[in-house]
Amino acid sequence: MSGLHAAASPLGGSLLVAAAWLAIAALGLVPAGKAAFARRIAFPVGALAGLALAAFGLQAVWLPAQTLTLPLGLPDLPFHLRIDSLAGFFLMLLGSVSTGISVYAAGYFREEAPGRLGLICLQYHVFLASMTLVLLADDAYLFMVAWETMALSSYFLVITDHKVPAIRSAGFLYLLIAHIGAIAILLCFGVLHGGRGDYSFAALRAAELSPMWATVAFLLAFFGFGAKAGMIPLHAWLPEAHPAAPSPVSALMSGIMLKTAIYGMVRVIYDLIGNVRWEWGIVVLIIGAGTTLFGVLYALMQHDLKRLLAYHSVENIGIILLGLGMSMVFIGFGHTAAGVLGLIAALYHTLNHAVFKGLLFLGAGSILHSTGLRNLNDMGGLIRRMPQTALYFLIGALAISALPPLNGFVSEWLTFQTALQAPILANSVVRSLLPLFAATLALAGALTAMCFVKVFGIAFLGQPREPAHRAGVAHSGDAGGMERYGMAWLAAGCLVLGLFPSSFLLMLNRVGVSLTGHALSGESLSGSGWLWLVPTAPEQASYSPVIFLAVIVAVTLLAFLLVRRFYHGRIRLAAPWDCGFPEQTSRMQDTADAFGQPIRHVFGPLYLMKRDLPGPGDAAPRYFLKIEDRHWYWLYLPVARAAEFVSTKIALLQQGRISIYLLYSFLTLIALLVFVR
Amino acid sequence: MSNWPGIAFQVLQSVFVVLAAPLLLGWVNQCRAWLQNRSAPSLLLPYWTLAKLFHKDAVIARDASPLFRLTPYVLFGCMWLAAGIVPVLATSLPFAPAADIIALVGVFALARVFAALAAMDIGTSFGGLGARREMLIGFLAEPAMLMTLFTAAFISGSTQLTTIVDTLAHRDFAIYPSLAFAAVAFLMVLLAENARIPIDNPTTHLELTMVHEALILEYSARHLALIEWAVAIKLFAYMTIGIALFAPWGIADAGDWGDLPLAFTALAIKLAFAGAGLALIETVLAKLRLFLAPEFLSSAFLLAVLGMLTHFLVQG
Repeated sequence: MSGLHAAASPLGGSLLVAAAWLAIAALGLVPAGKAAFARRIAFPVGALAGLALAAFGLQAVWLPAQTLTLPLGLPDLPFHLRIDSLAGFFLMLLGSVSTGISVYAAGYFREEAPGRLGLICLQYHVFLASMTLVLLADDAYLFMVAWETMALSSYFLVITDHKVPAIRSAGFLYLLIAHIGAIAILLCFGVLHGGRGDYSFAALRAAELSPMWATVAFLLAFFGFGAKAGMIPLHAWLPEAHPAAPSPVSALMSGIMLKTAIYGMVRVIYDLIGNVRWEWGIVVLIIGAGTTLFGVLYALMQHDLKRLLAYHSVENIGIILLGLGMSMVFIGFGHTAAGVLGLIAALYHTLNHAVFKGLLFLGAGSILHSTGLRNLNDMGGLIRRMPQTALYFLIGALAISALPPLNGFVSEWLTFQTALQAPILANSVVRSLLPLFAATLALAGALTAMCFVKVFGIAFLGQPREPAHRAGVAHSGDAGGMERYGMAWLAAGCLVLGLFPSSFLLMLNRVGVSLTGHALSGESLSGSGWLWLVPTAPEQASYSPVIFLAVIVAVTLLAFLLVRRFYHGRIRLAAPWDCGFPEQTSRMQDTADAFGQPIRHVFGPLYLMKRDLPGPGDAAPRYFLKIEDRHWYWLYLPVARAAEFVSTKIALLQQGRISIYLLYSFLTLIALLVFVR
Repeated sequence: MSNWPGIAFQVLQSVFVVLAAPLLLGWVNQCRAWLQNRSAPSLLLPYWTLAKLFHKDAVIARDASPLFRLTPYVLFGCMWLAAGIVPVLATSLPFAPAADIIALVGVFALARVFAALAAMDIGTSFGGLGARREMLIGFLAEPAMLMTLFTAAFISGSTQLTTIVDTLAHRDFAIYPSLAFAAVAFLMVLLAENARIPIDNPTTHLELTMVHEALILEYSARHLALIEWAVAIKLFAYMTIGIALFAPWGIADAGDWGDLPLAFTALAIKLAFAGAGLALIETVLAKLRLFLAPEFLSSAFLLAVLGMLTHFLVQG
């Protein structure tokens, strides 16, 4: 194969993109004195490379799998690479979403000091390249190397502001949980490998496991990757690490890195272990439902915008798990077509979440950049200062709230359609369980809408809330050009994914075929023109977002024109009415905490609350509220205390006297002589 | 899709719903006045109110953003769309496949989100309060509605509203226990979503209890008229969804013009009864405290889920 030919094939092309990212990373360090280099060249070129990667990934979805062995790595242990439909889909996700984020980053980091910017540029592009290699890896060795590189580079990105102690401890927590996850994944590969000496995925795939060992491997993979994805109870790092990182990095981590964990789950469970069992699906569903509800209920309690978005990432991972779990239940019972539908719903939500959560984190970054505010309670009225950012943020907010005709709705719709396949199941208990998970999803969707009404209403609408910050808000301008292009790219993604879902359905169907050997029913595929989304059969369910949008726009316009034609457009501007209440100040508006109050009332026992209510005679009342995660107290702190206890006991060994250490050596030698004869 | 009679039917039905919706509201008000021993207003009063509002000059707060002015039109558009999906007079509407029951719930959610955002736009204390309460009611009512519709979807094996109604209208008469649960849940959702007693009082401006009125406090003239009209269409749409799911007999097929008079008469009678029933409920019940609203709605949600489970246990 000639070099040029290899570069044009998806696998070679993706490798080239990874190499390009590594080269940009290295270049970021060399001209450390010139910040303009990173801003004007490194990040934009990185964005172009992302675009190329998206194209290669898209191509790979439709082609048969390709493999390649690189003469790198340890002697006798070369790196195996493979690109198939699943990897192609995730590469497309990585490439297309990172394009928007990189463009944004070129604008966002404009005020960084040159030295720091060089470091960020290095870590950022190493992070991207390592994610590419995770997706391309075809043996456990390369996979773990890339996985760890990804964890480390993102760790350093999280602690960019390492002078702040809270950020250092957030980074430590992230690193810790990432490694607990990595150990589980390593053990999972060990179980799959079973002592045969070949760690290539082809060998792991071929291995036949007993049901017990297969279940062990499943649990290890599920919790190992789940730690990276942020499912409960391993989510604690996410709301700490995401707000600590610079916004484009939060967008990368939440938008893309969490998705590599979903990739890992699908790869290991569907591909390497194979023979999916329905009991596994139930486990995934239960954890997924818990993650979904927990994520959204805690998100509603937050007033730090980035923390709130981080909790929503937890929720959306739960939604993806709900789709995956349903798919595993159906496949486990032998209904592969319905299982493929669930898998498609989960993967579609994976892509959607990457796009809209990336967009929302970028929007939060622009607010932070422009006003210096992260606390929602200080914001207000930003739509007047930052109209374009407000528009993009609104698109992201409507998308994550699963409102038609945007993209979040499509994947939730597909998940509902999967749940509605429940009557084909023979097991009556499981059959009646599935709709309960659909109910969970419905509840979470409505709560998300509430949360984003809160976010958008409080940040962008109304008046600036805190007099102290009003000057900052008043002088803030809209996001800079590059920032806006980055957000516009992702907002356009929300629209395209929402309006033309059937082409993505066909693409994901390819992924389903390559993983399970089955496709959706032929009827649905022929029914799905570009206009219609038909997951099963036209008389069962269909949805056409383009017609939906066209009708709503046409009807709204018609109403507008009729009113203008038959009546008038006269307007008088006046002070707000507010039931004639004269003493209106901006501090009387709802705050983020006030907006969540009914939810605190309804779901009170779920939260650990510390409240400080001002007295009735207080002239300058301040309300204080702190919500804590119960997981800290029943899971993390006991584990931390146990670890500390064990360490202090082990530390007894350390006496600091040479004679004692010599005694240890002596005893060890004796023991070895006794046991190893 | 060269289905001209169907499309003509679709357009006709949508226009009919939009024009007839205030009449239903007038009928409910009239019934309620009779039941409460008041002299009843004219049946056409909602139309006169709309006409009056359209003629006035709009007064808008100085700080209002474009979102505030856009929202009334969006609300009206959403409700009009909903009116197009629901089989009111006939099944097999050509537009219906574009949006199924999940999308229908999505349309109502979209309208709710826009209304809540517009209420927060000016930055008044009542606006935020209304938005918060509206979303509180919505977060339970919406899944309850979805579960009710899912029960019907499980019975007919489809999420197309037209297919569901077709199946339910042409089946042999039988009592479905799951549908009974769903009907009660649906009634509760209808009351909550349309800001009726016992969740909200459509006739009050009593500051501390209002929900829907607090949302639209800053609107006037044509904007208010559009919102009020949208509210009327929403009530009409909910009632026709209820009729379509739980009493669909007599509905015509699209393009079957001969069946229309019968379908029309049946619909008028059913709506008259439904409107009178709503007035009766509003007369005998008192408004709940706001914090009892989540309890009311969570029982609706649980009833709807129970209905769905009953379907699997009894009929599955």
